[in-house]
Amino acid sequence: MTENSTTQPHYWSLLLRQFNRSWLNRIGLWIIIFTALVAIIAPLLANGEPVYLKHQNKTYFPILQTLWPIKMLKLYPELAGADYKQWEKEGAEVRYTFVPYSPNDYDLNSILLPPTRAHFLGTDEQGRDVLSRMIYGSRISLSVGLVAVTLYTVIGIFFGALAGYFGGTTDMLISRLIEIMICFPTFFLILTLLAILGPSIYYIMLVIGFTGWTGIARLVRGEFLKLRDQDFVTACRSEGMKTRRIILRHILPNSLAPVLVSATFGIASAILIESSLSFLGFGVQPPTPSWGDLLSQSRDFIDIAWWLTIFPGLAIFLTITSYNLVGEGLRDVIDPKLRVN
Amino acid sequence: MQKLLDIQNLRVTFPIGGKEYPAVDGLSFHLNRGETLGIVGESGCGKTVTALSLLRLVESPGKIAEGKAIYYGDSPEGVDLLALSEEKMREVRGNKIAMIFQEPMTSLNPVFTVGDQIMEAIQLHQKVGKAEAQNRAIEVLKKVRIPDAERRINDYPHQMSGGMRQRVMIAMALSCQPDILIADEPSTALDVTIQAQILELIQDLIVEMKMSVLLITHDLGVVAQVCDRVMVMYAGMKVEEAPVRRLFHMPKHPYTIGLLQAIPPLFDEKGKELYSIKGTVPDLSHLPEGCRFSDRCPRVVEGCHSKVPLLKYVGEGQEVRCINY
Repeated sequence: MTENSTTQPHYWSLLLRQFNRSWLNRIGLWIIIFTALVAIIAPLLANGEPVYLKHQNKTYFPILQTLWPIKMLKLYPELAGADYKQWEKEGAEVRYTFVPYSPNDYDLNSILLPPTRAHFLGTDEQGRDVLSRMIYGSRISLSVGLVAVTLYTVIGIFFGALAGYFGGTTDMLISRLIEIMICFPTFFLILTLLAILGPSIYYIMLVIGFTGWTGIARLVRGEFLKLRDQDFVTACRSEGMKTRRIILRHILPNSLAPVLVSATFGIASAILIESSLSFLGFGVQPPTPSWGDLLSQSRDFIDIAWWLTIFPGLAIFLTITSYNLVGEGLRDVIDPKLRVN
Repeated sequence: MQKLLDIQNLRVTFPIGGKEYPAVDGLSFHLNRGETLGIVGESGCGKTVTALSLLRLVESPGKIAEGKAIYYGDSPEGVDLLALSEEKMREVRGNKIAMIFQEPMTSLNPVFTVGDQIMEAIQLHQKVGKAEAQNRAIEVLKKVRIPDAERRINDYPHQMSGGMRQRVMIAMALSCQPDILIADEPSTALDVTIQAQILELIQDLIVEMKMSVLLITHDLGVVAQVCDRVMVMYAGMKVEEAPVRRLFHMPKHPYTIGLLQAIPPLFDEKGKELYSIKGTVPDLSHLPEGCRFSDRCPRVVEGCHSKVPLLKYVGEGQEVRCINY
């Protein structure tokens, strides 16, 4: 077979190539991938249970006790309440993961230690390892971002698509609803709702999800208004397609690029909202760590333990910056006016 | 000749400032089996609206106010397309009556391969599996003479030229072997050499698939090449209808005569100005009193402004709507 010279790469791979041209975009993307990986494999990075233990001629893999779903099996009942440090002194062979502390392992003998070999990012006022808490905190922060944004993107697409495709009264009603939603100061609305509902990570996700959809809805509405009059939509109808199929299969994929951009920015702002809420005490409840919560706890020790403030602050800053960089990069890439060939 | 489609007194209106104005006004015509009927007129004459209303695809706020479109394809007594349920109508669209559009560049969905789109059209109306649909898609692409169809099926629309895309559109329209093909200016957006190829292709396919075609165009050259019969429309009304030879040799209506004179002649003295009909098609909301062509007509007489003339049969299949006959 000869090479077909007219074959061009697919639209999305063109976008990817364009995106990769800027080193800022690449850095942003790599940081996002890195933080996501850290969040996913958190128990393998930081765990108080050893990976490998040889005690009294028996071999154990205690880390398995903490990993879902293996932990359901209750593999090692005899290890409950085991003191690995003591066993190690008695001659047992113990191997740990990268950070040998679980986020809530306290040690009152080593409180407020600065970064050392033993604790890479120091310890807090209860002797808990900051790095371990940050690793687990990334799970909370990132999942809030992801879940909340997924939720509001779905809601936004739904309303935007209805308004844009059907127009008329439907459009009028949905557009007015969007305008009403926009008038609320979102952050205080969220605070109020959480004050009523009680602080919980799930309520944060839901509340951000149900208040944040307006931007996406407007975008999708605009795209649908533009696309529904395109010839290919008339062509679809002339082939005898149902409205639902036309909307879902033919118009929606064409309107997703700007939604993706907006959702990327949305994740950044959702992480920030979660951090702010945790800082104010409306977020996750102690001892569960989240980045905002870590920052909030560090306030009392800011003059004697800088590491408690700097590292979680840096994590929030870097993550949000990378999502914004990637969002910005995507926006430039899909903007045909800026496209270079 | 056996009638396949019979349109009676079709009236399509659009609201302008709260009042309904007819874009198509009392239009009646028919399409015989195996025949190609050309609909000719300037932009804004209601040609496209007529075509869209046969498939009931007139965009809101426009609506079909009255009329019948009897389709005799399924049964000798016929069904009125304008009275069918939406569900039944969907079975007609693409399956019995297919349409191709003017703009091949925008008529295909940019995010799917052409193969996907043809296969989707096939699977909408025929209960076939994916593999079979793909085979048929390749087959129909070959029929519209796309070289290397097995491979081009995986191309995205942006990888194809305008002529290729129009071939794909035609392939999609033909994929369910419709009785009637509505071609809305299928060659207008293409350059001249490609135009000729596409027209030739349509002509061959008409013969090969025994289709009846409604060809909408403003290019009388296209009509002369492809059509059996011609209907000339002006401001939503039929002003003249005739077999194609008769129309070119003995045009009656001043509008038809004007259109024919406006064709650039191949051999003519240099510097001679090309004839054009003065003025433009009137706005729907500002139609002249009486004959709608009266304000542009070179042969206007006293009675023209008082009432719309009736269609008059002048022999040999020719009808004309003009007070002078």
